Amino acid sequence: MNYGPLIFLAAFFALAGSWFGFVITPQVQMGRQQPTNTLGSPVTYPVSRPGLARQGLQVYRANGCADCHSQQVRQSGTLLVVALTDRGTNQAAVVAALQKLKPGLSGSDAARMLQDLPKPILSSTKRQEADAAVKSLSTAGAKAALSIVPQGPDLERGWGKRRTVAGDFLYDNPVLLGSQRVGPDLANVGVRLPDMNWELCHLYWPRTEVKDSPMPACRFLFEKRPIGSAHSPDALVFPPGTDPAPGCEIVPLPEAQALAAYLVSLRADAPLFEAPLAPIPAAAVSTNTPAASGITTNAPTANTPKPS
Amino acid sequence: MNEPGSNSQTVSSVTRSSVGPEVAEADASCRTPLTALFIGTAFWIFVSSVLALVASIHFHSPGFLADSAWLGYGRLQPASHESLLYGCCLQASLGIGLWLFARLGRTTLSLPWLATAGAGFLNVGVAIGVGGILNGDRTGFPSVDMPGYAAPVLLIGYLLVGLSSAMTFHRRTEHTLFATQWFLLAALFWFPWIYTTGQLFLVQFPARGVAQAVIACWYANNFQNVYLWLTGLGAVFYFIPKLTGNDLHSRYLALLTFWIILLFASWGGISASAPAPAWMAALSMAATAVNLVTLAAVGLSAYRTAQPVPRHGPSVLPLRFVLFGVVAFLGAGLMQIVGALPYLSEFTDLTWFGAAREQLNVLGFFAMVAFGAIYFIVPRLAGFDCLCPKGARAHFWLSAVGIVLAVLPALVAGLVEGLRMRNPDLGFVAISQGTLHLLRVSTLGLCLIALGQGFFLINLVLHVIRSWRQCAVTTYSTVTADLFKPAGVKS
Repeated sequence: MNYGPLIFLAAFFALAGSWFGFVITPQVQMGRQQPTNTLGSPVTYPVSRPGLARQGLQVYRANGCADCHSQQVRQSGTLLVVALTDRGTNQAAVVAALQKLKPGLSGSDAARMLQDLPKPILSSTKRQEADAAVKSLSTAGAKAALSIVPQGPDLERGWGKRRTVAGDFLYDNPVLLGSQRVGPDLANVGVRLPDMNWELCHLYWPRTEVKDSPMPACRFLFEKRPIGSAHSPDALVFPPGTDPAPGCEIVPLPEAQALAAYLVSLRADAPLFEAPLAPIPAAAVSTNTPAASGITTNAPTANTPKPS
Repeated sequence: MNEPGSNSQTVSSVTRSSVGPEVAEADASCRTPLTALFIGTAFWIFVSSVLALVASIHFHSPGFLADSAWLGYGRLQPASHESLLYGCCLQASLGIGLWLFARLGRTTLSLPWLATAGAGFLNVGVAIGVGGILNGDRTGFPSVDMPGYAAPVLLIGYLLVGLSSAMTFHRRTEHTLFATQWFLLAALFWFPWIYTTGQLFLVQFPARGVAQAVIACWYANNFQNVYLWLTGLGAVFYFIPKLTGNDLHSRYLALLTFWIILLFASWGGISASAPAPAWMAALSMAATAVNLVTLAAVGLSAYRTAQPVPRHGPSVLPLRFVLFGVVAFLGAGLMQIVGALPYLSEFTDLTWFGAAREQLNVLGFFAMVAFGAIYFIVPRLAGFDCLCPKGARAHFWLSAVGIVLAVLPALVAGLVEGLRMRNPDLGFVAISQGTLHLLRVSTLGLCLIALGQGFFLINLVLHVIRSWRQCAVTTYSTVTADLFKPAGVKS
């Protein structure tokens, strides 16, 4: 180790290795990713955000929202739920199939399970087990639906329906995943809180909407002016009893409008091949293919600001 | 070459080779560029710690400074972070590197004017970058947050100083390399590659989709856990033997550390929660686990080399800084491994834990080692010691206590947050409110850190002024010596 060139070459090859691994390979692997159809439906996902929301991403970047808010929903696993949707005509065979699926189930209990359909009858983490259950029930003449329910603390908290995947950010630049959760995850904030007025009031003074919120207020995105003869149509409507500036009206600046539009456009909940999702059927839908209802995307229709 | 033990510590008793210049001459050649780099270091760490303090007040009072965009948390925090990384750490690493290349190569600094110009570019670049962030032009990627227009200035500054370093290394008269030189040489080459990659693929011609996030993680990891480790540990392997007067315990442990960092550390940094292909997080995790070897080697080497620790003399204070840095390095390294392990990372990811780890690594390890080195180098540049020892001691204690107070509560807050997040019935506001009292202690720590850096800046500036005055007085008395001689003794 007494030669400068040797050390230089060592550093060169070591760095070249990790450069090819983590700079070039991700671009080869993900750089040409294309929008795709959502699972079981011809709807394209993702679609580009509307113009105002794209401007909002720049406000989000400039003011460091990503320093406190992540956009990555984590998922610890997937639960497969088999729900009986139609008992068919041969009740005895279905009861026998149920008893085979759930050893120790008495005949009368099994017969009672056939009431009030659809009803989840089996939860499993193994695909083969769930498929076998669906098959044995359909052999008996009944119809069963296989639901895919992603699991994890983030999802139970209501921050999303499935984990975040690379495809969710296809049209975003910069991609701000965030590295810390001082505030809640925002990957699906547009699903949870689709109201523009709510977002704007929350930006102006977070505690009007969320009690004890530690989020810094963003009053610099708004204009405060005395109510004149004409009330501004854009002025914020605060929840009763929380008006932080009585006698004045709070009008959002274009940056605030854009940021709120961006927040409302954050909806990463489409079922995808790499992150499957199929809700447990609630109504009496009779199908034994993975249901693909409730598809919501960040399509422009969802983002039109509500006139206030 | 010989390990830098006590023999070569003082100017008078050197074991230099016959062809090399005097140590004093070599030190004097570093004077102008290093003074510029170190004053810049002290200035930017002071700015950074004040910005961090103001940013953290936002947590305790949501309405604080809410009417000005440029004083919002999301601008102050990155401004503080970037001025710490580029203003303080990058400049300090370059300054210490220049001096070590000259000292270990037994040569004078090559092209000192180029290094001085580089220091100017670096400071202007950081100023433009920090101004840009406050103006809302940040890129959004932590560690690459400075706007694209600041990057060329910063890079030119780095390349100018780097060229001077490389030339100094090339013109060395002592050809046997000491461990420190491996680390510094690798780091010298590392930074321009990762920095241009970060700028090109994230800012100038952004990659598409999540590849951006992966590259941003790669860059941040390579800067904080490879570049800063290489330069910081390079300094540790020089200064612990130097300051204690002992020989380096084992050249092979240093060699092991060097190779492990080179081969594995640059693969870390991709978190398991990121929506990226799973092999990346898995590879990252495995590479991070190997860092345990680095920690063991550095810990053992530092422990064995530092015994017995001197209790008196001028080297006690710099040594304290360096040893604090080594302990912080071990702590930060352990936290990094814990944060990467598959089960534990579910608790630590996306919480205060990561921020605490980064602060311990950058401020606790690198900056503290750099302060120790600066307190050692600065008196040698001027040829006389005008640093106020009380100010330096205050700097050490305020920084050390401040870092512990800032990091430990954030670490606990991260773990508490991670555990509570597992319970979906607990509202998020309740969870974040539950960490607030810990963050208050953290803010107190930041307050002490800022105060300590104030002492550092004042001490360094006063030292420069005093040494200039002393230089002027010496020069004046030499030049005018003839004028004031009694007329009778004219020869």
